[in-house]
Amino acid sequence: MAIAVKNVTKHFGDFVALDDVSIDVPDGGLTALLGPSGSGKSTLLRVIAGLEQPDTGQVLISGEDNTATRVQDRNVGFVFQHYAAFKHMTVFDNIAFGLRIRGEGNGTIRERVRKLIELVHLQGFERRFPNQLSGGQRQRMALARALAVEPRVLLLDEPFGALDAKVRQELRTWLRRLHDDVHVTTIFVTHDQEEAMDVAEQIIVMNDGKVEQSGGPRDLYENPASEFVMSFVGPANRLGTAWVRPHDVEVRHEPNGQTTEAMIDRIVHLGFEVRVELTLTDGEQFSVQLTRDEVDQLELAEGQIVFVRPRATRVFSADGAAGSPAAEPEVA
Amino acid sequence: MSAPSRASGWGLRSAALIYLAVLLLIPVAAVFWRTFEHGISEPLDAVTSPDGMHAFWLTILCVGIAVPLNTAFGVLTALVLVRQDFRGKAALNAAIDLPFAISPVVIGLALFLVYAPRDSWFGGWLTDNGIEVIFSAPGMVLATIFVSLPFVVREVMPVLQEIGTDQEEAAETLGASPWQTFRKVTLPAIRWGLAYGVVLATARALGEFGAVSVVSGHRNGETETLPIFVQRQFDNFNAAGAYAAGLVLAILALTVLFSMNLLQRRSARAVDVGDDDEGAPTTPSVFVPQPIEKEA
Repeated sequence: MAIAVKNVTKHFGDFVALDDVSIDVPDGGLTALLGPSGSGKSTLLRVIAGLEQPDTGQVLISGEDNTATRVQDRNVGFVFQHYAAFKHMTVFDNIAFGLRIRGEGNGTIRERVRKLIELVHLQGFERRFPNQLSGGQRQRMALARALAVEPRVLLLDEPFGALDAKVRQELRTWLRRLHDDVHVTTIFVTHDQEEAMDVAEQIIVMNDGKVEQSGGPRDLYENPASEFVMSFVGPANRLGTAWVRPHDVEVRHEPNGQTTEAMIDRIVHLGFEVRVELTLTDGEQFSVQLTRDEVDQLELAEGQIVFVRPRATRVFSADGAAGSPAAEPEVA
Repeated sequence: MSAPSRASGWGLRSAALIYLAVLLLIPVAAVFWRTFEHGISEPLDAVTSPDGMHAFWLTILCVGIAVPLNTAFGVLTALVLVRQDFRGKAALNAAIDLPFAISPVVIGLALFLVYAPRDSWFGGWLTDNGIEVIFSAPGMVLATIFVSLPFVVREVMPVLQEIGTDQEEAAETLGASPWQTFRKVTLPAIRWGLAYGVVLATARALGEFGAVSVVSGHRNGETETLPIFVQRQFDNFNAAGAYAAGLVLAILALTVLFSMNLLQRRSARAVDVGDDDEGAPTTPSVFVPQPIEKEA
């Protein structure tokens, strides 16, 4: 394991940021820490980096216990949400910072910085200052700066959170490819489940300072271990005690004994996908995901009465944990 | 710009300029004028007299000790107040402003109560050990430190708050020790606030009269700074001497102000050089499309 966190607890005053958290991150992988704000994901990343000290527990990097190691000596690369660019230094000097601290020679520094600038596509920007770069360029500079010292692990704290949607999408793809080239064990924090599923091989879902579940993107989506994971990773509807994904619902005009009646409130066209928002007879809100063709075929319209049947539901025990697929498709 | 707003712009500018001229520029210009009204020899004699020279060097001594001390402790105090949480922080923060709130004369009297040779807290002990504070240079330095203390703290604190801790944490993850982080990251980031604080503290320290006057004992040629020297010349109807010494003070203050300005401009030019790189006009913070789809 490249990174192992064992039973880490961290308080800020009365607030429990991390509650007995243990995770394992495999060597060379790209792992996402996913959770809503206040779930403890950023605190966990900062504990791994050494920017926060845990109250109890251990942090192991490459098998060594680094719990008491100073941040300077951990040799981790850290990328901040708001870039943390050294504003008074040029792009070149920003990237060279860690190498200069380590007392590398000028020739080595020039060569290494040149390679990194190529890697993050900032050729021609060497003498610019951070305020002369766009947000995406600053974040790529910050990434090059973190990679310059050849860190054992790369930690990214909501790296694309401050960027607009299009740049975020581009950088995601680019990070994925960069990781294929550089192969450094990487953990990135995000609150965006789509981003996590897009980029990461392994996702660790956090909530309320605890790890809810970890696994591959598909595994989390198809076998959520708790109501929280079900509702946070991907869209989900609640039907009484059961949960159903919006694309696991059949919509028809005639009842067939297994269906329940609903009225269409709104039809939202999202390109290829169409989201149909419904209200059940008991007043519960519900949404169904269909393709454009299905909607055309069914000739759905707002205000219409239709009949719906979940194809697959999932029931969690009373404490919200230990989910199991319901044996029979059931209707609330 | 439309006609009415241009007219109101002129109006505002004129009002500001007239206000400045009447209240600041004309009195200062009058000092220059009166100094050299009857030629250069009289004012020159006054400032190069033994008393004048002594006052000059004593002023430099007070400023030379007070400003560097207040700069070092000012940055330290600002760091503590902005970056740390502790009981009594609010009280410490409020205490920094005491020199602004208390009249300089009262500050002088307060120092008197603590350090006077008789009937004071430490005076007796100090006198027994042969240390003279009140009616002597150490007391005057203490008074100068007191009155010029808040400036660096107050100018640096908002800058520290604004830059946050991200840059410092980034430096630490890259291996920089706390001292390296301070020198290479924090200090450059706060440099303009710091420079302005130093200018203000220097100006205040140079010109301080009240507090220094109370603890000086007015021993001619021994415990006189330039402002006290000016006052004495004035009281003795030696107007030329008073104006000349006043002019020296003004020149000292302006020198500090201009050298700071020069530093600032030189470093601003350094940033411009980066901007003009390859002559390509650039607009900061606009996204320049990059071939990020290309294989890295």
